[in-house]
Amino acid sequence: MTPEPQIELSPRISDEVRKTTCYMCACRCGINVHLKEGRVTYIEGNRDHPVNRGVLCAKGAAGLKQVTSPARLRAPLRRVGPRGSGEFEEIGWDEALETAVSWLKPLRETAPEKLAFFTGRDQSQSLTGWWAEQFGTPNFAAHGGFCSVNMAAAGIYTLGGSFWEFGSPDWEHARVMLLFGVAEDHDSNPIKLGLAKLKARGAKIIGVNPVRSGYNAIADEWVGITPGTDGLFILSLVRELLRAGRIDLDYLARFTNAPVLLDCDPKSAERGLFLRDEEGRPLVIDRRTGKPAPWDGEGVEPDLRGRIRRAGVTHHAVMFELAERYLDPGYAPEKVAERCGISPDQIRHVAAELARAAFDDPPALPRRWTDFRGKTHETMPGRAVAVHAMRGISAHANGFQTARALHLLQALLGAVETPGSFRFKPPYPKPARAHSKPHHRSRPGKPLDGPPLGYPQGPEDLALKDDGSPARIDKAFTWENPLSAHGLMQMVISNAHAGDPYRIDTLFLYMANMAWNSSMNTRGTIEMLTDTDETGAYRIPHIIYSDAYSSEMVAYADLILPDTTYLERHDCISLLDRPISEPDAAADAIRWPVIEPDRDVRAFQTVLLDLGARLGLPGMVDGAGAPKYADYADYITNHERQPGIGPLAGWRTGPQGIAHGRGGPNEAQIESYIGNGGFFTAEIPADAAYYKPWNRAYWDWAVSLGLVDGPRPDLIQLWCEPLRRFQLAAEGHGPRQPPDHLRGRIRTTHEPLPVWHAPLSDAFEDPAAYPVHAITQRPMAMYHSWGSQNAWLRQIHGVNPLYLPTHWWEKLGLAEGDWVRVTSSHGEITVPAAHMAALNRDTVWTWNAIGKRKGTWALDPKAPEATKGFLLNHLIHELLPERGDGHRWANADAVTGQAAWFDLRVRLEKSAAPEESQPVFEEIRSTVGDAR
Amino acid sequence: MTALPDRTDRKLGLVIDLDTCVGCHACVVACKGWNDQGYGAPLSDQEPYGADPSGTFLNRVHSYEIKPATGGAQHVHFPKSCLHCEDAPCVPVCPTGASYKRAEDGIVLVNEDACIGCGLCAWACPYGARELDLAAGVMKKCTLCVDRIYNEALPEEDREPACVRTCPANARHFGDLGDPDSAVSQLVAERGGIDLMPEQGAKPVNKYLPPRPRDAWEGEADVLAPYLALVAEEPQGFLGWLDRTLGKI
Amino acid sequence: MQPARSLILFTTLSGLGFGLLVWLGVDPTPPTGWVALVFFALAFLLALGGLAASSRHLHRPERALRAFTQWRTSWLSREAWAAALALAVMGLHGLLLVLDIVLLPLGWLGALLSLATVTTTAMIYASLRTVPRWHHWSTPALFLGLALTGGALLSGRVPVASGLLLVIGALQLWVWWDGDRRFARSGTTLATATGLGEAGTPRALFPPHTGDNYLLHEMVHVVGRRHAMKLRVIALLLMVLVPLGMLQLPMPHVFGLLALVSHVAGVLVSRWLFFAEAEHVVGLYYGRR
Ligand SMILES: Nc1nc2c(c(=O)[nH]1)N[C@H]1C(S)=C(S)[C@@H](COP(=O)(O)OP(=O)(O)OC[C@H]3O[C@@H](n4cnc5c(=O)[nH]c(N)nc54)[C@H](O)[C@@H]3O)O[C@H]1N2
Ligand SMILES: Nc1nc2c(c(=O)[nH]1)N[C@H]1C(S)=C(S)[C@@H](COP(=O)(O)OP(=O)(O)OC[C@H]3O[C@@H](n4cnc5c(=O)[nH]c(N)nc54)[C@H](O)[C@@H]3O)O[C@H]1N2
Ligand code: SF4
Ligand code: SF4
Ligand code: SF4
Ligand code: SF4
Ligand code: SF4
Ligand SMILES: [Mo]
Repeated sequence: MTPEPQIELSPRISDEVRKTTCYMCACRCGINVHLKEGRVTYIEGNRDHPVNRGVLCAKGAAGLKQVTSPARLRAPLRRVGPRGSGEFEEIGWDEALETAVSWLKPLRETAPEKLAFFTGRDQSQSLTGWWAEQFGTPNFAAHGGFCSVNMAAAGIYTLGGSFWEFGSPDWEHARVMLLFGVAEDHDSNPIKLGLAKLKARGAKIIGVNPVRSGYNAIADEWVGITPGTDGLFILSLVRELLRAGRIDLDYLARFTNAPVLLDCDPKSAERGLFLRDEEGRPLVIDRRTGKPAPWDGEGVEPDLRGRIRRAGVTHHAVMFELAERYLDPGYAPEKVAERCGISPDQIRHVAAELARAAFDDPPALPRRWTDFRGKTHETMPGRAVAVHAMRGISAHANGFQTARALHLLQALLGAVETPGSFRFKPPYPKPARAHSKPHHRSRPGKPLDGPPLGYPQGPEDLALKDDGSPARIDKAFTWENPLSAHGLMQMVISNAHAGDPYRIDTLFLYMANMAWNSSMNTRGTIEMLTDTDETGAYRIPHIIYSDAYSSEMVAYADLILPDTTYLERHDCISLLDRPISEPDAAADAIRWPVIEPDRDVRAFQTVLLDLGARLGLPGMVDGAGAPKYADYADYITNHERQPGIGPLAGWRTGPQGIAHGRGGPNEAQIESYIGNGGFFTAEIPADAAYYKPWNRAYWDWAVSLGLVDGPRPDLIQLWCEPLRRFQLAAEGHGPRQPPDHLRGRIRTTHEPLPVWHAPLSDAFEDPAAYPVHAITQRPMAMYHSWGSQNAWLRQIHGVNPLYLPTHWWEKLGLAEGDWVRVTSSHGEITVPAAHMAALNRDTVWTWNAIGKRKGTWALDPKAPEATKGFLLNHLIHELLPERGDGHRWANADAVTGQAAWFDLRVRLEKSAAPEESQPVFEEIRSTVGDAR
Repeated sequence: MTALPDRTDRKLGLVIDLDTCVGCHACVVACKGWNDQGYGAPLSDQEPYGADPSGTFLNRVHSYEIKPATGGAQHVHFPKSCLHCEDAPCVPVCPTGASYKRAEDGIVLVNEDACIGCGLCAWACPYGARELDLAAGVMKKCTLCVDRIYNEALPEEDREPACVRTCPANARHFGDLGDPDSAVSQLVAERGGIDLMPEQGAKPVNKYLPPRPRDAWEGEADVLAPYLALVAEEPQGFLGWLDRTLGKI
Repeated sequence: MQPARSLILFTTLSGLGFGLLVWLGVDPTPPTGWVALVFFALAFLLALGGLAASSRHLHRPERALRAFTQWRTSWLSREAWAAALALAVMGLHGLLLVLDIVLLPLGWLGALLSLATVTTTAMIYASLRTVPRWHHWSTPALFLGLALTGGALLSGRVPVASGLLLVIGALQLWVWWDGDRRFARSGTTLATATGLGEAGTPRALFPPHTGDNYLLHEMVHVVGRRHAMKLRVIALLLMVLVPLGMLQLPMPHVFGLLALVSHVAGVLVSRWLFFAEAEHVVGLYYGRR
């Protein structure tokens, strides 16, 4: 026998490790990038990083292939063929920038709103939003309107913070975790790390989802709910808990507005608003005196039973309304079960499980703390029920109220910011009132009067012109969707095309594949982008787009500003924006060029600042009109939003040298970040780490770090006053009145207490004609459209069958390899089918964004993504079908305007297998040549 | 070299927890990334941007649906790489001696310099753990990251397989399954770890922890019933209860 | 599996070649001179052609000599040795015969080695527990039977060939019948493969990769199996029945040749089925076999 071969057991991995931040998705994990001879050879997770603690997902580990993708754009492009042809010529940067300036400068000087600047997967919204503000256009938003504004807005209006990536379950102490409609989410790795912790502790995970895959597959219990009915299920839980008295009375009294007194005078124009004192502070009854007192008065002990008689009218606390509303037998498990597609027993069981986890032997941390009323508590009592939810709830037209219902459930259990429940990540908590309001007044040559996006408190804050018409191109903050806090990116192209509410000149898009997977009604969007007016000119005259890759959208722009990849640029993941904080620490991070681009591309943020300087935008030029910032890195270091507050909180300069949080710019700041692995964290002191919204120590800490200027404790808004203000307007009160056709809808959808109403589309599409719900899920190993250019990832997900439940599989007599025709009220697709038993009875689904247009992403036009892959988007329309009432209603939440992707109803037929998935789109000429 | 060692000093291997694996494929790509630049030939891809892409991976994540006798269907994600079998059938079939099992730790490796690419070892493996690299023409398989676990150029904490290090759901554990006191052995004992295809006689070292029982609530409904004992049915009754309860405080 | 042309050709041709060598080796009155040259050249051509075809199956053929090293454990290595020794011994025997020197024991040794070669080839497959259809004594039996039959036909041994044809016909039928049951009998199922049987009946859901890979291409190839029944009939006809009929006809030279051609065509079909119908247990993981 020959001896075992000698193998090298200790090879050196690389010459150098550079630590930066991943951007294969928005989770923003820390990565160690290994380089050999200047080339990236291996990427692994950074163990010290607060987000991922060393782990990395499939996309992150495949980043190597993203940076070498043949689909990378190589130089600025000017369109030479018709839109959509893919015919471009390469131009230099000066020419590109001058072209942009030649389009934009006249707009700024005459009508800044004629620029619509919308950004997709943007991680620099504090820069892009500020840029739009300085340009003077109200027409700015990122993609939140079609993403998850329901979740964000419901959270902020109710709790002062939301799930999304702005809060997190207390993985250390939770005993039951309720997970609603999550396939992957932005917090990809933290959620997985957390679920593993729960499992290790023997905590119970309950997955509420029509599809049992991913997180729901490992859930100990699965609630296979029918899409769009979560609100009913949740309110049924609420009813069961109320009936059993399994609610946290002390918590409700102290930390929610359940004890706040309502104006109950039926004749009052303020009915349903809070009773207030002279200083405008909402009132409660103080248990110590039995008298009204301001909610936040020193030592006040709010009484849940509070009522007061004034001028012959009894005004009572929100708690009365709550009991009245939710003890309604209409929410009984037996009543809702059928509609929700689950059994009444399971509803009751989940309610009992929550009660047990919350109230049986609750955890209590031995940490002394003082609340905002000055009361000192010896411990931090816990409620070990953690909840997390995402688009499964928010991507429905009833998503805002459903998310509110979920927050109500949490609050009743005392399960917000208590040990074992849900915790905010700084800069949250930040209640709606602490956010800016939307600004929309544009004036020639002037900046906007303030940030374009925000959180309206009532009709007076809507973005309406004096004539009542929408001020924004996307009609955000109008009566159709008053609380559209993230704008409505999904409406921009169709409104701009229709010239409704007005024509625009230039559509400036960044990082959003609007000609494909991020649009509803993809074919229609493509037609709108290419449609011409009587003169033969495009109806949307100019389109500027920044992408890093040869995506579908590139083909539809006139001017392409090619971006770097994430390893080739500076980025700033800022506390002013969407930071990477954890419940125990504020944290922000950077990206930095760990490799140099090998093409004629520039970081978009640098280009934006350059454009701003060329346009002479305030803040981007100095007194002499010269550019203020050399590039984005310079901006990150030196820009100050207010004195002492810049994009990055770490390593600023203070009176005694380095200071964190508040402080002047520091030329070595980015170097310090790099030295620290690319991120900065500021720990929250233990006594400030829970009960944050009401915890004095927390506010002291937040003020010292510069997160806020002063403490701003607030109650959980079970009763949401801004909603009531819109309702009052719909009832005819107040100077600003909705159009009549919207009154009824505002009244029913803007209930100040969470309600459930059927998804809007149910009223427009005959459920009998379209009996099946069709939804998508994100594959964990793919990020939207980008993954398909990745040589490794596309081998994992190169095609996406439509998964059918057993009921429909058998009903249609399908066998492996069969195809189905899927028809909605809007369109039809024919696609490969597959069988999945662990699925809601009437739901079909597929992976999102696998289908690709031929000729894009540097893939072979015969690539499976283009021949078998498909999008559900062809079936979804941004407007609901005609109903003969003279209006096309938006397929969106009536409160926030969130696109209702998951309200899609379809019918299914078996189909002969076509050559390719239908519909087939014409091939686009590759903008990067034949890279194969 | 093709004879299996009579015994190995240690039995290094993986324990994979089917209860927590969410099927994210992180381990698949981490493995590809590590081994693309590590032990032996890089892991090639054929037609990476073409109509029929394929490539060599040493770790793959399957997924299975389970239909229990009663109750709803369940779903299990199932990662699979070489199980470093004690009676590895892939080793003795190798005509060149390229395939071997290390006596010191039981890791099964391919000496790529000796491999003729006949594919027989892959045929002998019941688990589909070997993939022939079409560019290099040699057999590739999981090395248990032998170039990490002893790597003195790596910090101590990183001396574990790339797939284990990256798994966000903590579903992968690495250790000595020959030592009953090791953490992995304890885990296997505690959770009733199992062998795949025991009837094939390969005696895999890697163990799988079966998913914990799911949807067990139907039996539990009674236990939990008291938690929903009624205090009130009507709003009035509820407010009365509220009054009484708060009165007590 | 994917029926690789190189393997089908190799096993068929070399089987024929070594089969012929066996008969040449045991012939008490072996041909000598030119006749011997023709017979031996033919046998060598077939055997070596088969080996050459098989080396096409190697991805690193330049290292093929290494395959001689592991005869202690590897049937493939043993095959290399057996083939080399058989060819050497029979080469010597043939050479001597051409020179009119008859050394019968040398022929017996060569015949033995030739039989060993066919056996080792078959054992490569039969030893694979992972392919229950192959993992059976009948695999070497059939390989040997076919080699001997082909050899007998080639060397014009009509009565022997007829008898052998009957035997292998019966054996082949039974191998198919029994082979269809072996996977089930092996006890390996998706439940044992995943260990998930306790909880219920598992079924493959999401594939681990939508792209192709070596395993799928090599072991889980299912195309063609649909026609298995038809092909079995064709194989049996060509391999056994037609030659058997022809052999009973006059003009043994013409019909003997036709019988041989038919038989070899039949063996090729049967060998194609041998590979195409092989179901590797790894297919279970992919929800296929
Ligand atoms: N059917 C269906 N459709 C959906 C959804 C769904 O669930 N179902 N989800 C919706 C949701 S929530 C969202 S957020 C959208 C997402 O949709 P998009 O925001 O359009 O997401 P991507 O497809 O990733 O497109 C982003 C673009 O950014 C480009 N890009 C990538 N990296 C860079 C870079 O570094 N710089 C620049 N400048 N560009 C870059 C990519 O090439 C791509 O063209 O999809 C929506 N569409
Ligand atoms: N790997 C990866 N990660 C990503 C992304 C990506 O493309 N890939 N995209 C990022 C983006 S932009 C976003 S917005 C987030 C979104 O993250 P998720 O919210 O996880 O997004 P989806 O994949 O759309 O998942 C929606 C889930 O809701 C379920 N669902 C649908 N309708 C209902 C319903 O009515 N009720 C309930 N309870 N569930 C329902 C679906 O089955 C699905 O599991 O992910 C981010 N993270
Ligand atoms: S979750 Fe994955 S892709 Fe997203 S940032 Fe983290 S490692 Fe990168
Ligand atoms: S899993 Fe396969 S390759 Fe690995 S040792 Fe076992 S038989 Fe060999
Ligand atoms: S492919 Fe290589 S390792 Fe496998 S049996 Fe053949 S020579 Fe040995
Ligand atoms: S141990 Fe190493 S080689 Fe084996 S599967 Fe894990 S990462 Fe791949
Ligand atoms: S990384 Fe972990 S959770 Fe993800 S597929 Fe692999 S084993 Fe499962
Ligand atoms: Mo999103």
